[in-house]
Amino acid sequence: MAVLLTKESKVICQGFTGAQGTFHSERAIDYNTNIVGGVTPEKGGTKHLNVPVFNTVAEAKKKTGCNASGVFVPPPFAADAILEAVEAELDLVVCITDGIPTSDMQRVKREMKGCKTRLVGPNCPGVLTPGIGKIGIIPGHICKPGRIGVVSRSGTLSYESAVQTAELGQSTIIGIGGDPVNGTNFVDALELFLDDDETDGIVLIGEIGGTAEIDGAEFIKSWSGKTKKPVAAFVAGAAAPKGRKLGHAGAIVNSGAETADAKKEALKSAGVTVADTITTIGDAMRKAMKI
Amino acid sequence: MDIHEYQAKQLLSKFGVNIPPGEVVYQTHEAENIVSWLNEDKIVVKAQVHAGGRGKAGGIKVCSGDEEVIKTVDKMIGMKIITPQTSESGKTVRRVYLEKGYDIQKELYLCITIDRETGGNTIIYSKKGGVNIEEVSEKTPNEIHNMKIAPGSNLLTHHARTIVYNLGLKGAIAKKAQKNILSVYEAFVSLDAAMIEINPFAVTKNEDVVILDCKASFDDNALYRQRIVAEMKDENEYDPLELEAARHDLNYVKLDGNIGLMVNGAGLSMATMDIIKYYGGEAANFMDVAGAATPERVAAAFKLIYKDPDVQGILINIFGGMMRCNDIATGLVNASKEVGLNKPLVVRLEGTNVDMGKEILINSGFPIKPVDTMEQAAKDVVKMVEENR
Repeated sequence: MAVLLTKESKVICQGFTGAQGTFHSERAIDYNTNIVGGVTPEKGGTKHLNVPVFNTVAEAKKKTGCNASGVFVPPPFAADAILEAVEAELDLVVCITDGIPTSDMQRVKREMKGCKTRLVGPNCPGVLTPGIGKIGIIPGHICKPGRIGVVSRSGTLSYESAVQTAELGQSTIIGIGGDPVNGTNFVDALELFLDDDETDGIVLIGEIGGTAEIDGAEFIKSWSGKTKKPVAAFVAGAAAPKGRKLGHAGAIVNSGAETADAKKEALKSAGVTVADTITTIGDAMRKAMKI
Repeated sequence: MDIHEYQAKQLLSKFGVNIPPGEVVYQTHEAENIVSWLNEDKIVVKAQVHAGGRGKAGGIKVCSGDEEVIKTVDKMIGMKIITPQTSESGKTVRRVYLEKGYDIQKELYLCITIDRETGGNTIIYSKKGGVNIEEVSEKTPNEIHNMKIAPGSNLLTHHARTIVYNLGLKGAIAKKAQKNILSVYEAFVSLDAAMIEINPFAVTKNEDVVILDCKASFDDNALYRQRIVAEMKDENEYDPLELEAARHDLNYVKLDGNIGLMVNGAGLSMATMDIIKYYGGEAANFMDVAGAATPERVAAAFKLIYKDPDVQGILINIFGGMMRCNDIATGLVNASKEVGLNKPLVVRLEGTNVDMGKEILINSGFPIKPVDTMEQAAKDVVKMVEENR
């Protein structure tokens, strides 16, 4: 069993007929993802990329039995799209959209409290399970089926990690995104990979800003005995100045705990093999797995 | 996006926050009217620049008498403010704020910001406000309090009451402080702020509560629906290259080094800065060619980096499946022709048609070096820049 996206997943795309939704759904279909339909308000009843279009997520679920969605809706409407999928009780919502106002995501967080849907993102490359399918924009051809779980705040660095662990292959790649307020975090992803029989090692890619990497390190410290899994990590932004936002809305150092160095230290003290540069993340994983 | 102190105060006053009377001036002669309008014994003259630590750098002067105010304004306009938060050359003062001065009883600290841990907001506050707040937080962290507000929830009266008690305020002052805190929070939420810091949050000798200094920054992603805030942007406060990059939709941040970077992806761009540092160099910029790296965008981004006089060598690191390397190479060669490339340029491309891309670069007649790995690219560019010195 891979995590999040499995053989049983039935996927829809919200913002399906837009340029981004169309482009990436085509690639997801090429990658054999089980895309059962899409949602674009007022285009219900038509067909797009040979699958049905619905007006609402609820209708899509009723007609297709979908349980996962990829959100490619523009920023002003994306939070509402996420909550529509949550209300329809899908298992997984992956939001790719970059540029959602933080206060919109705070509202999403409040509405999602205690509900069963898992949100990945926003501002993320999505989720890919090699050989099964993908939701989002991760290029399929660089990922190989295997036993490494990858979790990353950055899209491009998750691709680098996939290439460098090609001979081991990946169970699932999870892009948790670069926004300050998001759904799935490192602890959630580590928990999924820890419980997954098909994951033997974990690559964690963090960056400056926030303290999610330190929470992850604390969680890894709490692992014991048989259930332990080797973890390799890289944290981007060692050369970043304080107080400047670097590309991602969440990549900004405001306090000492948010620096790359502080995060690397925390991960090291939890027994994680930390790579000095992104170019050695594959070596770090092999070293952690003693191969 | 950051705004000036006087702009932040204008915004807060609309929410009922108690702001000292004041007005901004751009030229000395404008100060005369303001002084007579204010009609105060004590007037504070404050340089308006986006940088903390102004007071210690001579950017805040307490004046008495019209003549002193006007003299001070005249001196301040055009002066350079150099603080630990500015570059070495400092920031030029173009706007000066004049406001009523107070006799102060207590200087408190209040800051609202996004709480990354919970996804809600957090209010950081202290009895020990004033210019040494950073020292307080370092040496006596127990003097800094924290009130977390759950995601999407409001600040309620009992929250504000708790803050006020912990600040040691009583009676009428406590009531005034409580009202101000609730109003600042309302402004924070309504305006999509990312941070509002009030330091000092002051109690005056005649028992009033007033916001003496205020710093505010806003969520860039929400500016589309915060027109009043968006219009407050002062382009003079930004690096001209950063402004030009923003017009091209490029994520660009000017840094202190001499190796220009052009990368696709925010994470990869940071990691490229890091690897340059690892091999002993320093990046001149962060640059994420966000979105599709088309030949046109690549050329625009390249010309922008090339323009930076600090740049002595360039590293291009493009990785991803979607784009064709030959297109990117063509874009680069065309841009090189336009600028008459004579700085070392190292290129790492990965994607489809890699070999075609490399051939175009090699046969271009320019000093462009294609390499296979990011590691090699970083080593090479650091070495070439060293040798060129």
